[in-house]
Amino acid sequence: MMDKPLNIPMQPKDYKSGVKPVWCPGCGDFGVLGSTTKALAGLQIAPENAAIISGIGCSSRMPTYLSTYGFHGVHGRALSVATGLKIARPDLAVIATGGDGDGFSIGGNHFLHTCRRNPDITYIVMDNQVYGMTKGQASPTTETSWQKGKLTPDGTGVNPFQPLVIALASGANFIARCSSSDSNGTARVLMEAIRHPGFSVVQVLSPCVTFRPEQRDWKNTLIPTHKEATSDIAVAARRLMTDRGVHTGILYMGERPAYQPKRGSVIRSIAEIEEEFRV
Amino acid sequence: MSDTISSPKHTIGSAEELLAYSLALESEAVDRFNDLADQMEIHHNYEVADLFRKLAKIEGIHIDNVSKAAQGKQLPSLMVWEFEWEDGESPEGGSMEEAHYLMQPWHAIEMAMKGEKRAVAFFRHVAETTRDDKILKMALELVEEEEEHVALLQNWQDRYPKPDDNWDDDLDSPTVLE
Repeated sequence: MMDKPLNIPMQPKDYKSGVKPVWCPGCGDFGVLGSTTKALAGLQIAPENAAIISGIGCSSRMPTYLSTYGFHGVHGRALSVATGLKIARPDLAVIATGGDGDGFSIGGNHFLHTCRRNPDITYIVMDNQVYGMTKGQASPTTETSWQKGKLTPDGTGVNPFQPLVIALASGANFIARCSSSDSNGTARVLMEAIRHPGFSVVQVLSPCVTFRPEQRDWKNTLIPTHKEATSDIAVAARRLMTDRGVHTGILYMGERPAYQPKRGSVIRSIAEIEEEFRV
Repeated sequence: MSDTISSPKHTIGSAEELLAYSLALESEAVDRFNDLADQMEIHHNYEVADLFRKLAKIEGIHIDNVSKAAQGKQLPSLMVWEFEWEDGESPEGGSMEEAHYLMQPWHAIEMAMKGEKRAVAFFRHVAETTRDDKILKMALELVEEEEEHVALLQNWQDRYPKPDDNWDDDLDSPTVLE
């Protein structure tokens, strides 16, 4: 952890680990990394008071590039680890990161149940509608007509997963959509997501310039929402189900209390816990 | 990000505010060029990495100049998203999506030049919309400075041939399945 003199505000660069990202030049994930550091600086959360938890995939490399605590974990299981950490250490700002394949396919079940449980964590999904790390297969959010995947040359044949609609229906307490091209706007949304109690889902449309080069034009098709975030589930549902996935901004801010089990009256030492595992 | 249109959504209200915008604009450019240099280094495109690093250094000098002009003044403290840039991003930041691991110096300078042109448009818009003589004078100075940068970059770019249409062809493309 870095030593920062007292009274000097943390700057976005203070949250970078110094490890250079290996993402393809032009990848949207660079923008999300920048937004995350700006949001953490905006909130002045010390790196030792934040943890970034990820699964597997290009975007799941995020913990490596940040100076916070981090855990680059098991495919699709970022939310399980993040939930466990938040319960054990409610004082930490816990942020899970990953991609659409990791989060909505391999980790789809965990996604649903984390929404239901509503722990106070923020989930940043860098959605590029493709499995990039494994060379361009269709993911759960890939559109039906995409025919450039080697495994689905005639298109996927199935409707794309609607993560924000599912998040709302399952109980997530904060829902937003952003664009990695709008790094500053995404930083503002992430700051609100981290602040808001409960499970915050932020879908960031983050182009894969290698396997979906046409996504470079995404930024020209997205429309920032000028409507206030609603706390009315029915209004949010209508908005999410009719916006064709192109509206960006904070779309729902619910009022459910965050899940936090009562701590047991006896806090055991590590040695006592280890004893249970002795063979 | 548009090539030339970049104006604040609201009118700049004071010389201090204009300096804060100017400082943010140059700082974001330094960060962006350093990020691009890192990306190119990782992908072994060292010539372009060096060029982006030089561009970051040049923008750093601009920060020093603006900082000197701001000495003794109380600049407004704004969060990055509170700067009301036309596109949400500062004009000189450059568009990250334009980066490519096979890009050539010509492309890097083209990217930087687009940013400088957006900065010219930004400060010109400030000059055209203000009724404050102090802001007008400062904005016109900044327009002149940014136009000098465009001319310098143009001169720099002329030293490199324009890449042909197939510059991004890769015989060992990452998209080919083995």
